[in-house]
Amino acid sequence: MAPPKTRRPGFSRRAQYGLFLGYVLAVGGVLLAVLLLVIAVVDPRGFSALRGAALDATLPITSAGRSVVRFVTGSGSAVRYYFRAAAQNDELKREVERNRHELIEARAIRFENARLRQLLKLSGELKDDVATARIVNSTFDSSRRLATIAAGSSDGVKVGQPVRAPEGLIGRIVETGRYASRVLLITDGASNVPVRLVRDGTPAMATGRGDGTLDIKTLELGKNPFRKGDIFVTSGTGGIFGPNIPAAIVVQVGRDETIARPLADPSRIDFAIIQSIYMPSAETPLNQAPAPNSDALQAPPPEPEANGAAPAP
Amino acid sequence: MSRIAFNKAEVRRKHLRREYVPIVSTILASLLALLPIIVSSPVIPDFAFLMLIAWRLLRPEMWGPIVALPLGLFNDLVAGHPLGQSMALWTFLFILFDIIDSRVLFRDYWMDWLIASFAIAGYVFADWYIGRLMGSTAAFTVMLPQLAASILAFPVVARFVLMLDRWRLAR
Repeated sequence: MAPPKTRRPGFSRRAQYGLFLGYVLAVGGVLLAVLLLVIAVVDPRGFSALRGAALDATLPITSAGRSVVRFVTGSGSAVRYYFRAAAQNDELKREVERNRHELIEARAIRFENARLRQLLKLSGELKDDVATARIVNSTFDSSRRLATIAAGSSDGVKVGQPVRAPEGLIGRIVETGRYASRVLLITDGASNVPVRLVRDGTPAMATGRGDGTLDIKTLELGKNPFRKGDIFVTSGTGGIFGPNIPAAIVVQVGRDETIARPLADPSRIDFAIIQSIYMPSAETPLNQAPAPNSDALQAPPPEPEANGAAPAP
Repeated sequence: MSRIAFNKAEVRRKHLRREYVPIVSTILASLLALLPIIVSSPVIPDFAFLMLIAWRLLRPEMWGPIVALPLGLFNDLVAGHPLGQSMALWTFLFILFDIIDSRVLFRDYWMDWLIASFAIAGYVFADWYIGRLMGSTAAFTVMLPQLAASILAFPVVARFVLMLDRWRLAR
């Protein structure tokens, strides 16, 4: 139906002007919001004070709820464990035995590793843990994959720092409040992590797909070199993420796409470890650092682990 | 003889209830984003948005389009969207709803659902597109489960809003 010729609510001037003013304000509001959105797209860190304050204000609600959820799910598994205690006991004993052998081996390897590092006169691993915090919630109604952790700038957390769990890499900090911060998960579509294959060191790039999986892109042309069950660790190339953090396991191999699942599942992890930003070039003296214009491909990687790994594009 | 109210305090309480139930319920729906759920894929509908359009479709005369702006700001801050996303989309949608209301003669349940479905589809697409502008490479297929869940959840939310509305206006 054609709209009426006039939208006058009646003969009252006040009502007419009120209606008109309402629309003017609404259109102005849309324009203002679009402007804010443009600022957010151009500079994602804009309005960080406001957003950080909102993050802090909502943290108590979320963390209280999270502990309830954890208690409920935890009590479920406690009941289950009670009923199969004997079988589990045997199982665990066998596992302890197995682990003991591997632990001794790992200790020997670590010792050897440290010795070789000293020989190469490399500084030790940069494992500066900034803070340890709980993951309290994540977005569930938007295309972005962001999680909230209960540590903020008062704990020394800064934007850009990598976040990991003992199981593997989780993501990196994109927003901080004083007591809470937001983490861009590695499964987000905007996250790119340089990784390498544990088996033979083939470099690759792990990009989030937004649905809890990762797309592994090889940096070499030719046949897909990956197999189902392959494990990737971060390569440390390009900084931010330090080397050798477990990252992903391949679950599906197609003709030209490889889909992997992150090794650390944020919904099952209690604590996340926030680490300082890994900067490979900071370890070498200034005069050895490559000139900004020199070809990055020619520059020798400063870490032995980075050997054979191509720099991030 | 039944009275509407017995004293001044009760009148005041009923007035507050009538005025603020829609706003407060939408704000509470925004706060659902703080639920301690950690999911790896966007499957859960944006209940604040569903609540908002359900109120708007039920009571077209109650809110001017400008009301969506502060509610959108609150939703952006709580849910962690880029600032301005819900503000722009919600207010724009309210203006659009006003235009639709001036053109259609009547709306029934199915019309409401149809209009809401289009609104939800546009909203989910815009959310995905803004994510894309912000550097995300996720494919739109990732959003399809959420799109379906939102469209199916709308009648439930509308029913809930209707219930709230009856309670709000009850004597």
